Amino acid sequence: MDLVTQFGSAVQDNLASVGSFRPELALTFGTLLLFLVDAIWRKSGARRAITTVAALAVLGVTAVLLATQPVAASRLFNGMVANDLFGTFFKWLFLGAGVLTVTIAARGTDFPSPRVGQFYALLTAVILGMFLMSSASDLLMMYMAIELVSMVSYTLAGYKKGDRRAAEASLKYVIYGGVASGVMLFGMSYLYGLTRTTDIYKIAAAVQQLGAGGLTPAYKITLVLAVVFVTAGIGYKVAAVPWHMWCPDVYEGAPTVFTAFLSVGPKAAGFALAIRFFYTAFATPAGAGGLAATIAGVPWTAVVGVIAAVTMTLGNLTALSQTNLKRLLAYSSIAHAGYTLMGVSALSEMGKQSVMLYMLIYLVMNVGAFLVVIVVAEATGSESILDYRGMARRHPFAALALSIFLFSLTGIPPFAGFVGKWYLFYALIERIPGPGGFWYGVLMVIAALNTAVSLFYYVRVVRAMYIDQPHAEPTPIKVPLFYQVVLAGCSIAVLLFGVWWGPMVDWTRASLQMFGG
Amino acid sequence: MSFFTPGNVLSWATFFPLIGTVLIGLMLALRAAVSIPKKVADDAARWIALVTSGLSFIAAIAAWRMFDPSQSGAQLVGHAVWIRSFNIEYFVGADGLSISMVLLSGLISFIATIASMPWWSGAKDKEMAGMVDDGHDDPHHPKHFSIRMVPGYMAMLLLLQTGMMGTFVALDMFLFYVFWEVMLLPMYFLIGIWGGPRKEYAAIKFFLYTLAGSVLMLVAIIGLYYNSLPSTLVDGTVTPHTFNLLTLAEQGKNGVFAAAPLLLGMKFTYVVFVFLFIGFAIKIPMFPFHTWLPDAHVEAPTPISVILAGVLLKMGPYGILRFNYGILPDATRWAANAIAIFGVINIVYAAFVCLGQKDLKKMIAYSSVSHMGFSLLGMASMTQTGISGAVFNLFTHGIISPMLFLIVGVIYDRAHHREIEKFGGLATVVPEYTAVMGLAFFASLGLPGLCGFVSEFMVFSGTFPAYTTLVVISATSVIITAAYYLFAIHRMFLGKLNPVYKGYPDLNWRERLALYPLGVIAVVLGFYPQAVIGVINGTLATLVEHVKLGAL
Repeated sequence: MDLVTQFGSAVQDNLASVGSFRPELALTFGTLLLFLVDAIWRKSGARRAITTVAALAVLGVTAVLLATQPVAASRLFNGMVANDLFGTFFKWLFLGAGVLTVTIAARGTDFPSPRVGQFYALLTAVILGMFLMSSASDLLMMYMAIELVSMVSYTLAGYKKGDRRAAEASLKYVIYGGVASGVMLFGMSYLYGLTRTTDIYKIAAAVQQLGAGGLTPAYKITLVLAVVFVTAGIGYKVAAVPWHMWCPDVYEGAPTVFTAFLSVGPKAAGFALAIRFFYTAFATPAGAGGLAATIAGVPWTAVVGVIAAVTMTLGNLTALSQTNLKRLLAYSSIAHAGYTLMGVSALSEMGKQSVMLYMLIYLVMNVGAFLVVIVVAEATGSESILDYRGMARRHPFAALALSIFLFSLTGIPPFAGFVGKWYLFYALIERIPGPGGFWYGVLMVIAALNTAVSLFYYVRVVRAMYIDQPHAEPTPIKVPLFYQVVLAGCSIAVLLFGVWWGPMVDWTRASLQMFGG
Repeated sequence: MSFFTPGNVLSWATFFPLIGTVLIGLMLALRAAVSIPKKVADDAARWIALVTSGLSFIAAIAAWRMFDPSQSGAQLVGHAVWIRSFNIEYFVGADGLSISMVLLSGLISFIATIASMPWWSGAKDKEMAGMVDDGHDDPHHPKHFSIRMVPGYMAMLLLLQTGMMGTFVALDMFLFYVFWEVMLLPMYFLIGIWGGPRKEYAAIKFFLYTLAGSVLMLVAIIGLYYNSLPSTLVDGTVTPHTFNLLTLAEQGKNGVFAAAPLLLGMKFTYVVFVFLFIGFAIKIPMFPFHTWLPDAHVEAPTPISVILAGVLLKMGPYGILRFNYGILPDATRWAANAIAIFGVINIVYAAFVCLGQKDLKKMIAYSSVSHMGFSLLGMASMTQTGISGAVFNLFTHGIISPMLFLIVGVIYDRAHHREIEKFGGLATVVPEYTAVMGLAFFASLGLPGLCGFVSEFMVFSGTFPAYTTLVVISATSVIITAAYYLFAIHRMFLGKLNPVYKGYPDLNWRERLALYPLGVIAVVLGFYPQAVIGVINGTLATLVEHVKLGAL
C-alpha cells in the first residue's frame, strides 16, 4: 500500500468515526457555546438562569446523543478511542455527576453570577476529557485525555479569586499533576521503546511475544518499571498513595461543588482508564469463570494490590485526626480509592463489575455528603466538625441525610455502600483458590479491618450532630427547598440501592464488554 | 388469629416494629409541615411504639402456638427471591432453636417498650426522676430518658426490635447479615443519645467492637457462599452457589467446606470458623472480648440494658449454633475444647469481677458475662443435655437479667446513683421492691425452684461426662455468685436505714407491669421447664447428631 492510499484510508476511517463520536462533539461545541452564551448575556439580569439552562441543555443533548449512539464494540479514529459498552457506562456516570454539579452550583453561593457561566463551560470541558479517558485505547490518547481533565481541573480548583487556600490548592495540584503526568509519560516512552507501538492492543500482542521466549531480567525490570510509572499517572488521578498528597489540600481549597465533582468524576475516569489499560495491555481475555491472567509474568496485580492496601490504610488512619469535614471526606475518598483498587487488582470480570458498581454507588453517597457540607457551610460559614454539634436540632433532615451517607460510606447494611463493598470482597474471594490466593486473602482481611477503623471517624461526625452538647443553644438553620429535594433523592437512592440493587447490578453486568475483551 | 398464617407470621413479627418506625418518621415529616405540639407528638410516638411492639409480640406468640415441636427442620417458612442476580432470597423460618428466641425477643422487646414510657405517678416522684421539664439538660441534672427526644427514641427502639427479630428468623445468610448489622445503628444512638455520663465512650466502644467482629463475619460469609455447591432458588432457578442456611448446613455435613481450598494458608473450615466465632463471641460477650459490655450496660438507659442483656447477647450463641455448628461440623469438633475453656473463664473470671464491683449495674453486667459462660460450656459438651441446657440458659438468662436491670433502673430513678455501699436498710422503705429484687437475685444465683437453677443444672450435668475437671472448676462460681448477690442484698436492703432514703416511693405501675410478668415466668419455668425445653429439644438433638456425624 503506498503512502497515498494509506493516508486516504486513514482519512476515511476518521470520517466514518465521526458518526460514533457525537456525544463528544456535542460536549466540545457545547463548551464553546457556553462561553459564547455567557458573553452574550453578560449584562442580563437573568445571566445565571440563562447559563444554567444552557449548561443543562448541553448535557441533555449529550445524553440524547449518547443514548442514540450505536455501540458496536469498535475502535474509532484509527484506534485512538474504543466505542464500547464499558466506556458508555462510565460516560453515563460522568453525565450524572455533571448534572448534579450544575444543579447544585446553580443554587449555591460558591460562585457569583458573573463567574458561574465560565464554571459551567470549563466543567463541560472536564466532562469531555473524562469521556475520552474512559474510552481511550492508545497511549497518546490516554495521556491527552488525562491532561485535558487535569489542566481544566487546575483552573477550577483555584476558582475562588483572592482566596489563599484556593490559590494554594491550585498550585499544589499543578505541581503534583505536572510531576505525575511527566512520570507517566516517561513510563509510556519505555513501553513504546519495548513494543514500538502506542496502541494498547498491539502492546498486548508485543508483550506476549516478548514473554513467549521467557523475559530476560533486563526486559522484565524495564516492563515492571514502565507499569509502575504509568500507574503513577493513574494513581494521581484516583488519589492513591503515594500520589495522594494533593488531594486534601485541593479538596479543602476548591469550591465545595467542584470538590464533590472531583471526588467522583475524575476518580471514576481514572479507574475506567486503569481497567482498560491493564486489562487490555497486560492481561489475557477473561476465560471461563470470568478470570483473566497477567501476561509475560508482569506482576502488576500485586503492584496494584499493595497500593490498594496502603492507600486504604493510610487514608483511614489519617482521616481519624481530621477536624475539618471537607478534609475528612478527602481522606475518606483516598481510602475509598484503596477499596476500589482491590477490584482492579482482582483481574476478573467480577473485579471490573465491582469497580463499576462501586463508582456508581460512591457517586450518590459522596455527592450527597458534600451537599450537606455545602448546605451547612452556607448557613454557618464553617466546615469544622465542631460546628456540626447540635445539627440534629438545627436541621434534623440534613443531619439525618448526612448520617445516612456516612454510614453508607462505612459500608453498613442496609445502605448502598455495603453492596459496593460486598462485590469488591467477592471479586477477591474468587481469586483465593488460584495463585497468590493467600495475598488476596490478606488484602481482604486488611480491607475488612479498615472498615472498622473508618467507622470511627465517620461516627465522630454523627456523634457531633446527635450527641455532643453545642456551645450555644442550637438555632434552626434554613436550607433551600431545592437542596432538600436533592438530599432526599440521594438518601432514598442510597437506601433503595441498599435493599434492591438487582437492576443496578444488571446494568453493570450488561456493560462489562470492552472492545476486544 | 386467622390474620396470621404459617407463611407470614414470622414476617409480621419482624416487620411490625419497622412499620412503627416508618409511622413515626411520617409523623415527624408531618410535624415539619404543620405545627404539632411537642406533647402530642411525643404521646403519639409512645402509642405507636406500644402498639406495634405489642403486635409484634402477639405475632411471636402466634408463631409459638403454630410451631409443631414434633417435626424437625424449619417451619413457618416465608420464602421468596430477593436479589436474583446474586441468588439472595428473602427466607425466614424457625426451628426449635429460633422459635424460643423469637418468643423471648418479642416478650423482652415489649417489656422494654413498656419500661420506656414516662413515669406516671405523683409530683414528687416526677421531680425525683428528673421528669420535670425545666429546660435543664446538663450531666449533673439529666432529664429522664423517657422525656427526651421521644419520637427519635421510639423510632430507634422499634428499628432495633426489627433487627433482633429478623436475625432470629433469617434462614438466608445474606438476610441474616443485613439484620445483624441493622441492629448496630439504633443501638449506637440509643446508648449515645439517651445514655448516662460516659455515653459517647460506651456507644462508640460497643459499635467498634461489634463492627470489627462483623466485618470478619462478612469475609467468612462470602467465603462460605463462594465455596458452596450449586443449589436452587425457591422458584426452581438453578444457581451456582447458595446463601440458604439449611442447604449450607447439609453441604457442610457432607464435607463440602472441609474440602475447600486453603484460606490464608490454613484449612478453610478452621479459618472461617474462627472468623465467625470471633464475630459471635464479641456479641456474647466472651472473654477477652467482653470489655464493651460493662461500659455499654452502665451507660445505657434501663430499657436498652434490658434489651441488650435479654436479647442481644443471645445472638452470639444463637449464631454459633446456627453457623459454626450447622455449617462447619468438623471445625466445631476441632474447637470444642477451646470453647469449653473460654466458657469456664467467662464463668469464673466474671464472677470474681462481680465480687469487686461497687456499682450495682456493673455488677449485674458482669454477672451476665458469667452466666453466658454457662451457655458456652454447655454448647461445647456436645451432649443432648448439655446443649439443651445451654439454649435453655439463654432463655432463662433472657428472663432474669432484664428483671435485674429493671430493678437497677427503679433504684436509679429514685436515688440517681447505683453505689451499693451508699444504700442501706431499703427493705423498710420499699418492701414490694425488695421482694421483687429478692426473687430476681435468687433466680439469678440458681436457687432451686426458679428457672436459673434448671439451666445451670442441665449445663453442669450435661457437660460433666465430657469435661469433668472444667465442670468442677466452674461449679465454684455458684458459691461466688451467691456471695456477691447476698452481699449486695445485705448492704442495700438490710441493716440500718440511711435517712436520705426515707420516704422513697415503692414500685409504680409502669415498673410493676414490666417486672411482674418476668417474675411469674421465672417461677413457672423453675417448676415446668418443659415448656421451653420441649420446644428446643428435638432441634438440638438433630444438631448434636449433625455435628458428630459431619464429614471431615
